[in-house]
Amino acid sequence: MTDTLASHADRDLNRGEPLIEMTEVGKSYGAIRALSGINLRVNAGEVTCVLGDNGAGKSTLIKIISGLHPHNDGSLRVDGQEVSFSSPREALSHGIATVYQDLAVVGLMEVWRNFFLGSELTAGRYPLAGLKIKQMRTIADTELRKMGVVVKDINQPIGTLSGGQRQCVAIARAVYFGARVLILDEPTAALGVKQSGVVLRYVAAARDAGLGVVFITHNPHHAYLVGDHFVILKLGTTALDKNRAEVSLDELTTQMAGGDELAELSHELKR
Amino acid sequence: MSQTLQAPAPAPSEPTNRIRLSLSQRLLSRPEIGALVAAIIIFIFFFATAPSFRSAESFFTVLYQSSIIGIVAVGVGLLMIGGEFDLSAGVMVYTAGLVTSMFCWYYGVNLWIGAGLSLIFCLALGFLNGFLVMRTGIPSFLITLGTFFVLQGANLGVTKLVTGTVSSPDISQIAGFDSLRAVFSSSFKIGSVTVWGSVLWWIAFVALAAWTLQRTRIGNWIFAVGGNLDSARAVGVPVVRTKIGLFMTVSFLAWFVGMHQLFRFNTLQAGSGVGNEFLYIIAAVVGGTLLTGGFGNAVGVAIGAFIFGMTSLGIIYAGWDPNWFKAFLGVMLLLAVLVNLYVKRMATSRKVG
Repeated sequence: MTDTLASHADRDLNRGEPLIEMTEVGKSYGAIRALSGINLRVNAGEVTCVLGDNGAGKSTLIKIISGLHPHNDGSLRVDGQEVSFSSPREALSHGIATVYQDLAVVGLMEVWRNFFLGSELTAGRYPLAGLKIKQMRTIADTELRKMGVVVKDINQPIGTLSGGQRQCVAIARAVYFGARVLILDEPTAALGVKQSGVVLRYVAAARDAGLGVVFITHNPHHAYLVGDHFVILKLGTTALDKNRAEVSLDELTTQMAGGDELAELSHELKR
Repeated sequence: MSQTLQAPAPAPSEPTNRIRLSLSQRLLSRPEIGALVAAIIIFIFFFATAPSFRSAESFFTVLYQSSIIGIVAVGVGLLMIGGEFDLSAGVMVYTAGLVTSMFCWYYGVNLWIGAGLSLIFCLALGFLNGFLVMRTGIPSFLITLGTFFVLQGANLGVTKLVTGTVSSPDISQIAGFDSLRAVFSSSFKIGSVTVWGSVLWWIAFVALAAWTLQRTRIGNWIFAVGGNLDSARAVGVPVVRTKIGLFMTVSFLAWFVGMHQLFRFNTLQAGSGVGNEFLYIIAAVVGGTLLTGGFGNAVGVAIGAFIFGMTSLGIIYAGWDPNWFKAFLGVMLLLAVLVNLYVKRMATSRKVG
């Protein structure tokens, strides 16, 4: 069986080629500066981990790349072209798909409806054109199986799947519809150890398939398992920006926990 | 663990490891099943207790009564599946009629012009509702509560300014009346039974809504924006357009019923329609629509409206004090909410480990 995630991914992806380049990107909401001077590169076939505490600017960063809010300063280039997205649709058309933590799927809708949501197959272009329901069911079922996600019944509401499986369906969907860059927003935050393993293996498979992955997380252990490049955000700026070879898990963990601040705190609270 | 990455076992070769759900389980996860059972019980109940309920004439009167609520309720049901409320729909019905009748009476123009004008006006109101909700993020409950009161006041105020009374002028002598009546308020006889055109329109709208919800991409989007707005947006569903479209659908159907009322009675009371918005919502909820959105269907809403029609007339046929009707509706609503909660739980609980 050679049919895995890799055979469904875009074939034009060359490992190491930059897909997204952000230079000195900044974002303010009115007088509040949420993000400034961010430099980030997402290469094909690599996982770029973005770590940070609450309010560090992780979600703002995702929103810029995924098209929910445009950036104010600096430049965002996708495939070498300067862009500024005004809607997720635009980002999607550049091959950038975002999978949100709890929001990846619509729980009460069937698995196949979720799989095709936003990219439905219809019999025509007029508004009341019928959906090709049979075809979509078959495609969703076989494609999910091929990509290693086995669901018992393609017609069951997706809310009946486990959290890990839901994330995997969302990722598989993105790959099937031609995503070249995957943005994963805390995909393991709400999951147990076993379920996190399912998702992390899937992230690794997406990376091996040549996709560029932006992996946003709180958890340095999860990040270090799959990451090639690590960026730690703190109060809207970059606190650490290193390749895998230059950083150890301990360093990541310490930095995440507060780094120098933590050292100061421990000095202060010494007993 | 059911997933592996490299080789998902012999999965594609045996697609039969599907779990077949039992019939009762599949039925229980359908939104309209509770309403259907209730409708049958209520029908049998009135059939047994009220002799005059048993004739075909009264059955079609019940259908007529249901259609007047049911046409707008279908739109409200779609909107609620899409996760929003519209409290202004009840009075908008009369706004539509009043705009048509007073414009044509005051300026002495053909009623078709007035009907077209009030259609545009109602669609604009629907757009405004949707636009304000999407733009400000304020819950639709509050936005449409606002438009509800504005319309209620304006209906009375403007009518009084134009005609000096609180009812609109009789329009039966103005050009275009007969053709419009034929479209909106015709009826025909089959034997001794009067069949109102609005019943047929109701069936057509329900069929169209059911098709749209289950079989078109717009229907998919309606479920998605109601079930999970952010994830719908993330996969590229045009959420703003979908929701505004839903508000405009409600206002279109309100206009339609407004035209029916106007051309049936020739004149309208400017203060009417208050309270009907709740009947629409009750019909939708009794029909299995979730208040929180993302679940429901058009046939269920139609059954909800039919329950309304049956009880409102059944109580009269049975010779009881009609004041009990509201109390009954309240009980129905509470029961429906409980059933919906159960159905939702059934639908999302993990069926197999």
